[in-house]
Amino acid sequence: MDHQSGAFLAVRDLVVEYTAEGQVVHAVNGVSFDLERGKTFGLVGETGAGKTSIAKAIMRILPDPPAKIKSGEICLDGEDLLKISERAMRRVRGRKVSMIFQDPMTALNPIMKVGDQIAEVIKLHNNITWREANRRAVNMLEMVGIPGERFGEYPHQFSGGMKQRVVIAMALACSPELLLADEPTTALDVTIQAQVLEMINKLKRDFNTSMIMISHNLGVVADVCDDLGVIYAGEIVELGSKEAIFDRPAHPYSVGLFGAVPTLDEEKKRLNPIAGLPPDPSNLPTGCHFGPRCPLATEQCKSGTIALREVEPAHFCRCIQVASREG
Amino acid sequence: MGRYILKRLLWMIPVIIGVTILIFTIMYSIPGEPVSLMLGPEATHAQIAAKRQALGLNDPYLVRLGRFVGGIVLHFDFGDSWVYHTPVTTELLHRLPRTLTIAALCIAMQVLLGIPLGIIAAVKQDTWIDRIAMFTALFGISMPNFWIALMLVLLFSVRLGWLPPYGISGWQYYVLPVVANGFVGVATQARQTRSSMLEVIRSDYIVTARAKGMSEFRVLLRHALPNALLPVITVIGNGMGRMLAGTVVIESIFSIPGVGMYLVGGINSRDYAVVQSSVIFLAMAFTLVMLLVDLAYAFIDPRIKAQFAGRKRRKQYA
Amino acid sequence: MPNVATAEMTASGVKRQSQAVVVARRLSRNPSAVLGLVVALFLVIIAVFAPLLAPYPYDKQDLLHTRAAPSAQHLFGTDELGRDVFSRVIWGSRFSLSIGILAVVIGTTVGMFFGSLAGYFGGLVDDIIMRLVDILSSIPDILLAIAVSVVLGPGFFNSVLALCIGSIPMSVRLLRAAILSIRQQEYLEAATSINAGTARIIVRHVLPNSFSPVLVSSTMMIGHVILAAAMLSFIGLGVQPPMPEWGSMIAGGRSLIRTAPHMVTFPGIFIMLAVLALNMFGDGLRDALDPKLKK
Repeated sequence: MDHQSGAFLAVRDLVVEYTAEGQVVHAVNGVSFDLERGKTFGLVGETGAGKTSIAKAIMRILPDPPAKIKSGEICLDGEDLLKISERAMRRVRGRKVSMIFQDPMTALNPIMKVGDQIAEVIKLHNNITWREANRRAVNMLEMVGIPGERFGEYPHQFSGGMKQRVVIAMALACSPELLLADEPTTALDVTIQAQVLEMINKLKRDFNTSMIMISHNLGVVADVCDDLGVIYAGEIVELGSKEAIFDRPAHPYSVGLFGAVPTLDEEKKRLNPIAGLPPDPSNLPTGCHFGPRCPLATEQCKSGTIALREVEPAHFCRCIQVASREG
Repeated sequence: MGRYILKRLLWMIPVIIGVTILIFTIMYSIPGEPVSLMLGPEATHAQIAAKRQALGLNDPYLVRLGRFVGGIVLHFDFGDSWVYHTPVTTELLHRLPRTLTIAALCIAMQVLLGIPLGIIAAVKQDTWIDRIAMFTALFGISMPNFWIALMLVLLFSVRLGWLPPYGISGWQYYVLPVVANGFVGVATQARQTRSSMLEVIRSDYIVTARAKGMSEFRVLLRHALPNALLPVITVIGNGMGRMLAGTVVIESIFSIPGVGMYLVGGINSRDYAVVQSSVIFLAMAFTLVMLLVDLAYAFIDPRIKAQFAGRKRRKQYA
Repeated sequence: MPNVATAEMTASGVKRQSQAVVVARRLSRNPSAVLGLVVALFLVIIAVFAPLLAPYPYDKQDLLHTRAAPSAQHLFGTDELGRDVFSRVIWGSRFSLSIGILAVVIGTTVGMFFGSLAGYFGGLVDDIIMRLVDILSSIPDILLAIAVSVVLGPGFFNSVLALCIGSIPMSVRLLRAAILSIRQQEYLEAATSINAGTARIIVRHVLPNSFSPVLVSSTMMIGHVILAAAMLSFIGLGVQPPMPEWGSMIAGGRSLIRTAPHMVTFPGIFIMLAVLALNMFGDGLRDALDPKLKK
């Protein structure tokens, strides 16, 4: 990975720790990736692998008493977000970078009108009147498929899917350049999932927004992403284009992930889960974090830090057992 | 919305009647001879018998109950004092403003001091400000209000001579009673506000608000506070109940001629009509306050308001 | 069927035990909760061993040394009849603590019984019980205690009776809610055999499950009752002189506040200590049982 990158978003060696009751939890352990303008980067991994922490770190909205960004760089358009003042960061939030949250049921203020919540972010970042902000908010509602008349209603009057659309409207209201979508469809019904994903895609194309899609659902990731990063225990263990990783997964964890998904056209008597359990983030194994569960692990894997290696052009893997491939 | 108000008002009536019946029945069961206790040891049997007849005590339970409840519901008449034969109702109404003034001032103190204290403690969670505030609040809810009153009198009247210890001839006379009675309320309010605030601050929609790029102050003011204050309204209602009960003792200590002192006087002179009616009267006042609290709650929280919106406006979208 | 039932009961029994251990551990990490518990136990020990700890009998008068200020012979001074305030405060702990505990235990038990009935039978029984509870809640509990005390007269057991009523509404509601939530689960699980097993399941599962909220509110309630008992004694109901209840001691010292403030100060401090300890412990208990803290 080259250190200088002309990419729109360049994350380098991000480390995030949570301290609670004297124990330190290593949520993110040196994550690096690039994102180019207009592209979608997927972060795939199990729940608790650190994906949400990465997104919240980019926006600097990690809950400060327990969480802390220990080190790293997050360069957006050349500017390191971790070094700017809080005041400057507030101008970035909601305007340059915005986020769609996982649970639409709790993401909206229950006693504030839905339209007001959208207008609020518009008014915050634009020097316009409330009337104009409200007008634009109505526009956003229509854009996500909600009739403008529902501006004055409250969140509890909407279903889960519609609430999520409101959240999307809020996130896109100021035409952000980077959108962080944290499992936006996980809490929704399968039928609604497709609708919401389609809407996100369409808006992304219309606004040419770059996006980071966080999910533990491989189907969702296949649908919308250009590039992928597979996360395990706070580290990226595999990085590359969607095609490369889906067709030729290199890291044993990725291989296990893809093997675990049942397909309709195969006869299966049992599911193939990955053996073992995810490691305790406050007590990570030395050497390769995946070692205890890995079918390819050797003594070598238990010590030292394992670096990302290129196994084919633009396809990286954090494993010493996987040799490079040709072609 | 109007339907909800009407429904709640109508519900209040059986509750008040129930309260009246309950207290009356309790007082009815006084063992022994209440009249002879009241008249004293020198009373003759003839005097006692005559008194009983005059007070209508020889009638059966249901007749007495009916007479009492009917008197209240139809004429708002609580009957006559056993000792003085004056209507209890006029005395209660005459004294009510004073009791209400003190209770209102106590509630004002509770809200104006307790809520900000709770907010500050929540925002500065686990700092020394928080710990001191909460520890003081803990002390506050552990002290009997009459003891606080006496300690205040000791300090401010006896030792320092700044404030008068009894009477009501001016605004200074209200300071000690209100502070004594309201202190517990401030402490309770601060604790409740703090925990409500803490819970709200942990909510997802607060994270959403921050993600919009709002300053922390605005997030607290426009998103956290309104949500945190909703349950606070209920605490204010309960506080009123505590104040009303507390005025009984406070009025007695500071010689304030309100309903509480009337009640204590009735206890001491064994005037059970006064005791009975004063308790019911105070319970009614409490029920009314709780009703207002419920209505305020429904008015402010759009989720509850929506339940009572007309059928036309209730929509269900898929 | 019987195998499933026993397996379920054993499982929940094991679960309950480890839950108690977790709670105890969390409590031990909370310094104010531990302090509260220690002080409360300390007061209980004082109450139990009062005859041994008090230097003077609580009713021994010394008419030559009335209203004396605190000194070496009389740590808290003497009252208007020359009785040692320190001894009276120690003896007084028996009244306050036992009234508090008894009233809450009786009130909570009665409340749990009616709450179970309301939850189990539902329908008209539930309606009647809840209406009665509503009416009971409409009267501030101290006023109700006053009314009952006036009827029954002053005295220890009468105070307990008057004060136990305040604990009833809260435990009725808690038990009823616990049963209703279990009933919902039962309906979902087994279409048949609801009636046969429900009563036993309620006793074995519901009561233990409702234990924690009832425990927390009862602990806070004891402190509240101690304050209410003191108030009752202060206005002349409740425990009366010569019995050394803290509230009535304060009442006795009220008119002498200028010359003998120690008569009022010390009993009040002890009331505060007792209630404070219980509140600190209750707070800690509530935090330790908080499901949000469970990972």
